[in-house]
Amino acid sequence: MTNIKKITTPLTDEVVKGLKAGDQVSISGVIYTARDAAHKLLTEAIQAGEELPVDFKNQIIYYAGPTPAKPGKVIGSCGPTTSGRMDAYSPLMMEQGLKGMIGKGPRSKEVVEAMIANHVVYFAAIGGAAALIADSVKEAEVVAFDELGPEAIRRLVVEDYPCIVAIDSEGHNLYELGVQQYKIVD
Amino acid sequence: MREITAEQITEAVKRMSIEAACDLPEDVEKLLKEAVATEESQFGKYSLEKIVKNVELARAEHAPMCQDTGIVIVFAEVGQDARIVGGTLNDAINEGVRQGYQEGYLRKSVVRDPVLDRKNTGDNTPAVIYTELVPGDKIKIQVLPKGAGSENMGALKMLKPAEGLEGVKDFIIKAVTQAGGNPCPPVIVGVGIGGTMDKSTLLAKKALARQAGQPHPNPEYQALEEELLVEINKLGIGPQGFGGKVTALAVHIETYPTHIATMPVSVCLNCHAARHKEAIL
Repeated sequence: MTNIKKITTPLTDEVVKGLKAGDQVSISGVIYTARDAAHKLLTEAIQAGEELPVDFKNQIIYYAGPTPAKPGKVIGSCGPTTSGRMDAYSPLMMEQGLKGMIGKGPRSKEVVEAMIANHVVYFAAIGGAAALIADSVKEAEVVAFDELGPEAIRRLVVEDYPCIVAIDSEGHNLYELGVQQYKIVD
Repeated sequence: MREITAEQITEAVKRMSIEAACDLPEDVEKLLKEAVATEESQFGKYSLEKIVKNVELARAEHAPMCQDTGIVIVFAEVGQDARIVGGTLNDAINEGVRQGYQEGYLRKSVVRDPVLDRKNTGDNTPAVIYTELVPGDKIKIQVLPKGAGSENMGALKMLKPAEGLEGVKDFIIKAVTQAGGNPCPPVIVGVGIGGTMDKSTLLAKKALARQAGQPHPNPEYQALEEELLVEINKLGIGPQGFGGKVTALAVHIETYPTHIATMPVSVCLNCHAARHKEAIL
């Protein structure tokens, strides 16, 4: 865990290809929060041929719904939610040019296949370490679906957001590799 | 009859909602710190160190340790010689949740209809309330804000009695295996065995209200809890599912007599932010 790769958004194919499962990464720049309800609305808009409220080309989506900001704070606690719930929507988002996803927990086979096809990287943040993570968020602004409350799309400006490459753009998967390594069969 | 005001109940629920979100109980923190020492995997250890640091930061800053401040589960044991004045029990509890989630800057995560109209209620109500009448003149209130990441990984199976203890163990291990990295391991595994379909799930949830790592009073079930913990930690899932030796911090089993023809088993998982508070009024 000595070499931390620093990357900035928007991502390029070159940067994505340089990230390997197990790399420790620190992200700076703009990322967008979106979770269940926002993904449903985005998917409906894409299917209806409507313009999306955010251009996701080369961007990172962060699966998160923060707690409300206390006075004087930019944001409340802001850790990752379970990514698997977004699996049904993610391939379509990758077709829109999405290059990165941040969440927690494993992804489906379909998502990994779409990641390989579209050169996309999946980062894992530490679930439940939300107070700590909030420190890396420097700006936060709702940019779409305000009515969804915690599920609105927020544009975050982050500095040195800490995460790990969980699944890289070639499909190497830390969840599978790590568990295989530590599984004890009697 | 001893009188307890609705206002006292509201105040207690409000206070516990905020405290639960920001201040992890010592029993859970102790197990997490032990896990840091036990864990060998690089990413597992890294995750646990961040988790412990986050617990300390959340407590110091009165900030929620996790952004999923949960749907509030309340177990209320109402003494039959206690009389609630000035309002109903459920209203008093929900008012406490409303005030706590507003004043504590906690996330409102409840939608008013599960399928047809998933609109946020805006105040995190209603709570999920279980009330039991017990002897005495006090009211015991336990508050468990439950995140959905772990709740979604719960499982129930109606086993045949012929499947026996092996069937019970297999099902529990299978449930934890299938949950994998999703419920934010290391988890606390709540197990409910017996009763009926509904009773077993309630027991599994109630098992999470126990002090983390406190063994079952029956030595045979205590041994089963210990055995299951060892077996679960051989699965290799590890902290956050990155691989490692610590997948669970504890296994809590609760049981109830059951029908001659059945053996229900439920598993309810709690994430490492295993929030639980209680008050006696």
